[in-house]
Amino acid sequence: MSARLIACALGIVALITVPYWTPGIYYVNVASQILFYAIFALGLNVLVGYAGLVSLGHAGLFGIAAYAVSYALQSGLGHPVAIIVAVVVGLGAMALYAMLSLRATGIGFIMITLALGEIIWGLAYRWISVTNGDNGINVHTRPEPFGFSLDSANAFYYTTLVVFALAVAAVAVFVRSPLGAALAGTRDQARRMNALGYHVWAIRFWACMFSGLLTAVSGILFVYYTQFISPQTLALTSSAEVLLMVISGGAGTLLGPLIGSALVVIVKSVVSGYIERWNMLLGIIFVAIVILMPEGLVPGSVRLWRLCWRKAMRLRAAKTETPP
Amino acid sequence: MSALAVKHLSKAFGGLHVTRGVDLDVQPGERRLIIGPNGAGKTTLFNLITGELTPDAGSITLFGRDITHVPSRRRPHLGMARTYQIITLFPHDTIIHNVSLALLGLSPLRWNPLIDMRRQSHIVEHARAALARVGLVHIAERPLSQTSYGERRRVEIAMALAQNPKVLLLDEPFAGLSIDERRDVHRLLMSIPREVTMVMIEHNMDVALEFAERITLLHFGEVIVEGTRTEVVADPRTREVYLGH
Repeated sequence: MSARLIACALGIVALITVPYWTPGIYYVNVASQILFYAIFALGLNVLVGYAGLVSLGHAGLFGIAAYAVSYALQSGLGHPVAIIVAVVVGLGAMALYAMLSLRATGIGFIMITLALGEIIWGLAYRWISVTNGDNGINVHTRPEPFGFSLDSANAFYYTTLVVFALAVAAVAVFVRSPLGAALAGTRDQARRMNALGYHVWAIRFWACMFSGLLTAVSGILFVYYTQFISPQTLALTSSAEVLLMVISGGAGTLLGPLIGSALVVIVKSVVSGYIERWNMLLGIIFVAIVILMPEGLVPGSVRLWRLCWRKAMRLRAAKTETPP
Repeated sequence: MSALAVKHLSKAFGGLHVTRGVDLDVQPGERRLIIGPNGAGKTTLFNLITGELTPDAGSITLFGRDITHVPSRRRPHLGMARTYQIITLFPHDTIIHNVSLALLGLSPLRWNPLIDMRRQSHIVEHARAALARVGLVHIAERPLSQTSYGERRRVEIAMALAQNPKVLLLDEPFAGLSIDERRDVHRLLMSIPREVTMVMIEHNMDVALEFAERITLLHFGEVIVEGTRTEVVADPRTREVYLGH
C-alpha cells in the first residue's frame, strides 16, 4: 500500500472519529467550522488554483447565500425551500459576479472582485429592510433531514462531513474531466487555448458557477451553524481569510483547502484562547509557509516527505553496500 | 476556389501601419512562404488571418467562406491551425496531454465536467498517432519541461496536425533549432500530405526555399514581390530589402 493511500485512510478515519477523540463538544464544533470553511475554500480554489483567477470578493457570495436562507426562513418558508432558494440566489449572484469580473484577468480581476465584494458588503450593511443592517438576522431552527435533527454538535458535524466529502468528490471529478483540463489550460496559456478552439471566457464562466455552488453550500452550512448572519461575515477580511486558507494549504490541490481551513480556524478559535496576539501568530505562520513551502502546506509536505524518503533509501543502500 | 484568400487587408496600431492592403491568394495544397525583414508585419499578418487581431479593413476567406468576422476560437473548427514563433505550450503537463488538449479543442467533449479525460481512449489514441507522425510517441508520457527545444517545436506541429487542419500556418518553425533538429522538422513538414495547405513564415532561406512553391515578400506591411521561387529570388527588390547583394 502506498504512503499516499495510508495517509488518506488515516485522514478519513480521523475525520470520521472526531467526536470520539476530541476532548469535548467545543472541539467538535471547531471541526464543523473547519469543514464548512474547507468547502468555501474548495470553491475559491476552483478559481485560484485551477483557473488562476484570484477573487477577493468571495465572502460576498458566501454571505448572499447565507442571507438568502435566513431571509427565506424569516419569511416563513420551510428549510428545504429556503436551501433551494439560497442555492439559486447564490448561483444567480455568481453569474452576475462572473459576467462583471471576467472582463479582466490578473490584477484587473482581483480589483473588480474586490470592488464587487465591497458593494455586496455595503448592501448588507445598508439595505436594512432586507438584511436588518448591523443587527443581522437570526435563524431560530435547524433542518431535520430524514428526521435527523442537526441540533446536536455531533449530528451537525457528521452532516457537514458528508457535504464536505461530496464537495471533495465533485472537485476531484471536475479537475480530471475535459472541462477541468481546459480550465487548467486557460490558466497556463489562455491565448493558446483560444487558438486551439476553446471558448476561454465560457470555460472560466462555468468554473465560476461551480465555485459559486460550493460557496453557496458553505454559506448555508455557516448560517445553520452560527444561526446568525450579519454584514461582518461579508467583510473583506473574510474574503482575505479564505484566500489565505487556499494559498497556505496549497492552491490547485484537493486537500490544501482543508489543511488551510484547519490552520486558520484552529488559530482563530482555539489558539486565540491562549495567545492574545493570535493575529500576529497567524501572520508569522503565513510568512513561514511562504518562505519554507511557497507551494502550500500539502504539496510542500509531500515534497519534504519524498526528500526524506529518498535520503533514507540512499543511506540504507549505502549501509548494505558497505563491506563488513 | 482558393484555400485562403486575403484581400486588401490593413491594420494599424495608432499611427503605425503594420499591414497595408495585403493581398494573398493561396491555392489548395500549396506551400507558400512569407518572407521579409524583421518588422515587415509577417506575424501580424498571421495574427490577422487567425483572428487574434481584428483588421481595420479588408477581408479573409477560407475555402470561399468569409471568416473576417468569425471569432478566432471558431477558426480552428473551420480547418485553420497555427504554430507560434515563440513556443506556446503547457509546460506543467506531459507531451501527450498537450496534444490531447489540441484534440479536445475541436471535440464537444471539452464541455464535459464529469468524465475522466485520461480514460477517453479515442482521444489518447489520436494523440499518440499525432505524436507518431512527428516521431515523439516514445516520449509521449514525458513532462514537457523535460524536453528539448527541438522536441517542443515538434510538439507544436503535432498539436496543429492533430486538429486535422485544411490550412496550416507555421510561424518560423525552424527558429532556434540545431542543424539536426532543423533537418528533422524539415523532413516532417515535407511529409505532410497535399490535403493540407501550408503557409510558412521563415528566415532560414536554405530550408524555406526548398519548402516553398510560391513566395510572398513583405516589407513595411506591404507585399512588394510575389511569385515562384525563381521569380522572387531573381527579383532585384528581394535582394535589396531582404537577401542582400
